[in-house]
Amino acid sequence: MLRINPRTEQKIISYLLYFLTSIAIIVLIFILTVILKNGLPQLSLEFLTKNPADMGREGGILSTILATVFLTFIALLVATPLGVGTAIYLTEYTLEGRVTKIIRFGAECLAGIPSIIFGLFGFILFVNKLNFGWSILSGGLTLAFMILPTIIRTSEEAIKSVPMAYRLVSFSLGSTRWQTVTKVVLPSAIPGIVTGVILSIGRSIGETAAVIFTAGSALRMPTSIFSSSRTMAVHFYILAKEGVSMPKAYGTAAVLVISILAINLLTYYMMGRYIKKKS
Amino acid sequence: MSRQAAENIIVIKNLNFYYGQFQALKNINLEIKARRITALIGPSGCGKSTFLRTLNRMNDLIEGARAEGEIWFDGKNIFSPETDLLELRRRVGMVFQRPNPFPLSIADNVTYGLRVHGHFDRLFLEERLYWSLKAVNLWDELKDRLNESALNLTGEQQQRLCIARLLAVQPEVVLMDEPCSALDPVATARIEDLMRELRENYTIIIVTHNMQQAARVSDYTGYFLLGELVEFGDTNQIFTSPRDKRTEDYITGRFG
Ligand SMILES: Nc1ncnc2c1ncn2[C@@H]1O[C@H](COP(=O)(O)OP(=O)(O)OP(=O)(O)O)[C@@H](O)[C@H]1O
Ligand SMILES: [Mg+2]
Repeated sequence: MLRINPRTEQKIISYLLYFLTSIAIIVLIFILTVILKNGLPQLSLEFLTKNPADMGREGGILSTILATVFLTFIALLVATPLGVGTAIYLTEYTLEGRVTKIIRFGAECLAGIPSIIFGLFGFILFVNKLNFGWSILSGGLTLAFMILPTIIRTSEEAIKSVPMAYRLVSFSLGSTRWQTVTKVVLPSAIPGIVTGVILSIGRSIGETAAVIFTAGSALRMPTSIFSSSRTMAVHFYILAKEGVSMPKAYGTAAVLVISILAINLLTYYMMGRYIKKKS
Repeated sequence: MSRQAAENIIVIKNLNFYYGQFQALKNINLEIKARRITALIGPSGCGKSTFLRTLNRMNDLIEGARAEGEIWFDGKNIFSPETDLLELRRRVGMVFQRPNPFPLSIADNVTYGLRVHGHFDRLFLEERLYWSLKAVNLWDELKDRLNESALNLTGEQQQRLCIARLLAVQPEVVLMDEPCSALDPVATARIEDLMRELRENYTIIIVTHNMQQAARVSDYTGYFLLGELVEFGDTNQIFTSPRDKRTEDYITGRFG
């Protein structure tokens, strides 16, 4: 057998890991450069505050920004309470057993389903069966189910990582389970839960397949949750794929990427402050 | 002792306790005197913590755990279905081995139990905060830091704070499971002083591995071995003239 000096081994491994990490960073930088280099010149106040005209060849992307915001908002409004509630149920209200295994397995499966299948499901259930039509509501609900597993899993991890001692103390002072969950467990788990929600926001903002089937692609300004509308991601997809306007496509992509980056940075900042305040 | 004879506050009758098939407590009979310190000693795994947790039914939280027998507190059997569990735990409080303040401010830690029991009046909470911190001799040290996180305190301060958090809900009985095992000797001595002060108003039951501590602070001592209460009596008597050979072996360090 070939024996390597542990020191050398350590060095080789750390170089290797360093190299692999660099690849990830380089890819990220490459993507950002391409998009920002082509997209930033398109950005202007007008681009952000005007609606698309002539199929998107002219004007800005205001209606698609609003559609994205509304859709994501509905998705979070539905998925966050449902996901966090499920996580609380799984961790605090039932003993590990068959039921929790089945729910968890279900959530895992849900996580593995391609988004286009969610699109089909949303189309059948919300657009047709429930007759919501192609609308912000149908799209938002579909996205809600798509991000649900992420929220359940991250919330569950966050809740589980809260020290058992907090719960015991709380019970020993005569709290109910619900008081213990809301006053002790959830406040400690918030940073983890928020991380999951942010991941989900990112996914919702960037999703195309599931949205195109359920919210449609109308370029009108959304006026109610029953309006069919086009999100930024779908707009980008259509502009680029149908060769409508590459510059406008890049502009849209730049706005998308910058918003996601901004949301992430803001969250890190806020979490940092929250954790500091707590400890 | 120039104090009047103490009445019983808790009476334990034929208590058996099981974790699934395993019997952790065997036919315990014991009377706890009000406003006295009762120490429970015994080797690791003999059931001291288990016994302590039956007194406020914290063992209910453990899956597969089961108690038989009677524990009488304030004229009622705590195992009876009418027991208000939340009220029982308020009246029979617990201090844990490791100091475990919540990741909240000092003030919020102390008022936690009050808020849980439905007290929200600002003035009342502030009054209780003052009173509780005063009772554990933390007020002067911490009065300017009430809004700071409790996690910044030293181990001893944290343990005092945990005691204050408990006193705030005005329990009658305070269960302490090795409350000094995470503290240094100086801090331990000061917590022992505190226990002597608290004895004026509270019934204290303390589990300890530290024989000197039991001898120093307690009025009564019980010796547990393998789930049995081998001997119970006056602390003086237990440490000077134990009746049972097994107790003697243990306190003289010949246990093994
Ligand atoms: N949650 C549990 N499930 C099953 N068995 C348990 C549980 N907790 C304790 N036991 C067992 O019950 C017995 C008594 O444990 P207990 O913790 O009451 O002892 P102890 O006297 O407090 O010990 P120590 O001095 O080490 O704290 C031990 O044999 C222990 O293994
Ligand atoms: Mg113990």
